[in-house]
Amino acid sequence: MLELYLNAIVSGLLLGGFYAAVTLGIAIAFGMLDVVNIAHPAFVILGSYVAYICNIKLGLDPVLVGLLALPVFYVLGQAIYQVSYLSFERRGSDSLRGLAFFFGLLFVTEVLLILVFGVDYRYVEAWYIGPTLRIGFIDLPWRMLVPCVLSILLFLLLQLFLSRTYTGRAIAAVSQDPTALRLLSIDPVRIKRIGFGLSIATAALAGAFLIIIQPVEPSVGREYIGRIFAICVLGGMGSLPGTLIGAMLLGVVESLTTTFFGPSWAPAVGFGFLLATLAFKPSGLLGR
Amino acid sequence: MTSVAKASIEPRAKGDPVGNGVFAALTLAVAVLFYAVIAVIGSEYLYFAGYVVLQFVVLATAWNILGGYCGYVNFGSAAFFAMGAYTTICITTIASEYAKSAVGAAIGAVPPGVLVVLMVVLAGIISGLVGLGMGYLTLRLRGVFFSIATLALSVVLQTLVVNWDFVGGSRGAYVIRPNEFPLLPGGFIAYLFVLMLLLVVVALCVSRGIERSRLGFGFAAIRDDEMAAEAAGVPTLRLKLIATTISGALMGMAGAPFPYYIGYLQPQSAFGLEYAVNAIAMPMVGGTQSWIGPLVGAVLLGSFQQWATVTISSVLNLLIVGLLLIFFVIVAPNGITGFFRDLIYRRRRSGGGSGS
Repeated sequence: MLELYLNAIVSGLLLGGFYAAVTLGIAIAFGMLDVVNIAHPAFVILGSYVAYICNIKLGLDPVLVGLLALPVFYVLGQAIYQVSYLSFERRGSDSLRGLAFFFGLLFVTEVLLILVFGVDYRYVEAWYIGPTLRIGFIDLPWRMLVPCVLSILLFLLLQLFLSRTYTGRAIAAVSQDPTALRLLSIDPVRIKRIGFGLSIATAALAGAFLIIIQPVEPSVGREYIGRIFAICVLGGMGSLPGTLIGAMLLGVVESLTTTFFGPSWAPAVGFGFLLATLAFKPSGLLGR
Repeated sequence: MTSVAKASIEPRAKGDPVGNGVFAALTLAVAVLFYAVIAVIGSEYLYFAGYVVLQFVVLATAWNILGGYCGYVNFGSAAFFAMGAYTTICITTIASEYAKSAVGAAIGAVPPGVLVVLMVVLAGIISGLVGLGMGYLTLRLRGVFFSIATLALSVVLQTLVVNWDFVGGSRGAYVIRPNEFPLLPGGFIAYLFVLMLLLVVVALCVSRGIERSRLGFGFAAIRDDEMAAEAAGVPTLRLKLIATTISGALMGMAGAPFPYYIGYLQPQSAFGLEYAVNAIAMPMVGGTQSWIGPLVGAVLLGSFQQWATVTISSVLNLLIVGLLLIFFVIVAPNGITGFFRDLIYRRRRSGGGSGS
């Protein structure tokens, strides 16, 4: 019984590491830039399919593909922010249209993927998919371990960037006080564009991790909407360490739920977390 | 915003040429006329296709009461719709599973034509309450959180349904649609069509009634500037809760007859993303400011999809709906009706200018 518990907790932590990577983009876009990008999961899935194509056609390692796709997704993110800025933010129109826009993006991306790839599950091949590292009685499947370790690495890098560099600090500050940024002769729109580019760029890697962990079909992203916003809100908006803690927590609870109640209940856990956080502590664990 | 504040002091309804009663009578007359035309043509396909379009009119109008009037985006239309559908499944399953018990026998004894109406009412109550609960948990915060919660709601409800064997789980459930219906030519499907048509009348009257009442002015004040509304003494939380409840109830009511329509209800079809996207796209395309926008959007997009599903493909037509949504949100944020209103307004102004 103890073994079962420990294994569930460990695999929950591994899962949580991966969730952190998926949530990173939202933590930046929603938490720091105040752009409610509900289409983020769709970009993650897009990243998965990029990894899939390059893996199948060129035999490239999915993680390598994720890294190579970073600049492409960065530019894509900048372009999307530019459209959203020109059409909504600059006009000062209500958040309703912005939300509807991102919902449209989410939907169109999913339908396009269905049109091109169909609804079959796709998977990638790499040396770390399959074998399991065993320490004592604890199983550490490599396909979970690799994304988890890399996610945490990505996390640390971004945290360093956001807290140590000039641009990074500007990104973290932009939604709090755009006027102050202007006074420092920083263009808030440019900063938000860079920030949103980064946010979408993380989706390229997160997508590669996703398809390493599980086979992917276009509508898988929907399950992640509840999860990532739950993590983001739970951790406290805009707090990267909070996001990591929130992700680990959700991972562990989901893993325990899967072990004891069956995997089909797992998607409900995130929603429960989200509602409970919103109802009892809307500022989140490490929120301001 | 000042016009809104002024309007809420003096309800416009006094000088309104068309009162609510007259409007209801007019809508009903149009509905009867519409039914008569379809009945004269007498094609069964028209009933089936028309039902879906009407169902979208109800969904879009319901969405607009919260989304268009209050400015709160509900992404969970599919969840509310499915809640209605599964209310019916649940009750009919009780009737067939417990046919020997008193409750089951009682439900079984109700003729299906009456049962559907009862289901619509019950579904309205249930999904209205869920809307109220969701609103209570999330509407005290920024509006975005409500939207996110509704987005997750459909995933969770689908999880519940898939795990709930009594209503068929992931396999789905049958509801037997009787072929005949004694009072109408065209059988039970014609009856479902008429029922949905009546729901459209109800939804339009509710929507227009709200728009021209104090309630509607309160909603508009929330949409334009919630802080200012709150400061001016508008009970914002209460009004938002009223809006979510009415909107949720109407969506559930639209879903209740669906199992009878489809015959075999699977979770994937009840929670289909097309309901969520259409419920948003239709008002956005038609125009969100008034009751007529969702109607126009739903009739145009709904009929287009009925045509496109047959001639092109169902996936491709969803893509077109999504692209239309993005296009209208960016290029014509006031929708088709807003575009025409601006056009008329401009012409009147230029006409008045040349006259003086």
